[in-house]
Amino acid sequence: MHVVYPAVISALLFSVGVYGVLARRNAILVLMSVELMLNAVNLNLVAFDVWLRDQLHGGQVLTLFVIVIAAAEVGLGLAIVLAVFRTRRTVDVDRLRDLAEPDFPQPSPNGQAKVRESS
Amino acid sequence: MNFASPAFWPPTTQEIVFLLLGVIAVGSAVLVVTTRQLVHAALWLVVSFGALAGGYLVLTAEFVAWVQILIYVGAIVVLLLFGIMLTRAPIGRSADLDSGNQIAALVVGVATAGVLVSVLVAGFRHAYMPLTPGAGAAKPLGSSIFRTWVLPFEALSVLLLAALIGAIVLSRTDIRGR
Repeated sequence: MHVVYPAVISALLFSVGVYGVLARRNAILVLMSVELMLNAVNLNLVAFDVWLRDQLHGGQVLTLFVIVIAAAEVGLGLAIVLAVFRTRRTVDVDRLRDLAEPDFPQPSPNGQAKVRESS
Repeated sequence: MNFASPAFWPPTTQEIVFLLLGVIAVGSAVLVVTTRQLVHAALWLVVSFGALAGGYLVLTAEFVAWVQILIYVGAIVVLLLFGIMLTRAPIGRSADLDSGNQIAALVVGVATAGVLVSVLVAGFRHAYMPLTPGAGAAKPLGSSIFRTWVLPFEALSVLLLAALIGAIVLSRTDIRGR
């Protein structure tokens, strides 16, 4: 087996995941795309572990660890998504803009543009 | 590690099977990120993970393949389906699953693919791995987890427990912040 095949397939999977994270609006679909990226990394780890013939099986053991971390991540991520849904009634990441910079400077009561305090 | 690399053509049977599974995995991943129905995205994710598990089997990583099926297909996708249902997502087609910056996302995705594929092909064009069956079975993997990697394993157990408690605390409504 040429090493190029699994490496190229995992690179393609990773870029599909990148596209999904950037293009999707629903928070659960973003989580699914993150899972795709983690899977691409896993395929790379397994392929290079087999290629290098690691006696300690570092690559495959790290793959198992990544799977466990992905399970923990998806559990916590879904709990956060559900908490957001309970308070906002939406999981649309485009509409959750509380942490974004406002597009225009907020006018202050005395008519001047408010300058952000630097603390 | 560096063996004499045979030619790319004709491909061996292992390579043909692996490439078919890879095409299935990448194709269903594309459907995951482009489909208009939320539940179908989760189900295409099952196909993608299953095809990847088959790829692990071809690469002689049997134990990783079964763990992939058990945890990804069995647990994570079910968890995602629960999330879809608990957020009362529309079951049918919905038009607003894609954000407005699809073009920029496509450009970034294609650029990532181009950079990664060109670097990997340039770097590993001559690398070849002969596959020996049984190298990734449960016995060698288990003995290396519980001998060499036992400390990270235990740390990961604590991490999983912490994630579990965190998920419970986050999803309970009767615990108020101070």
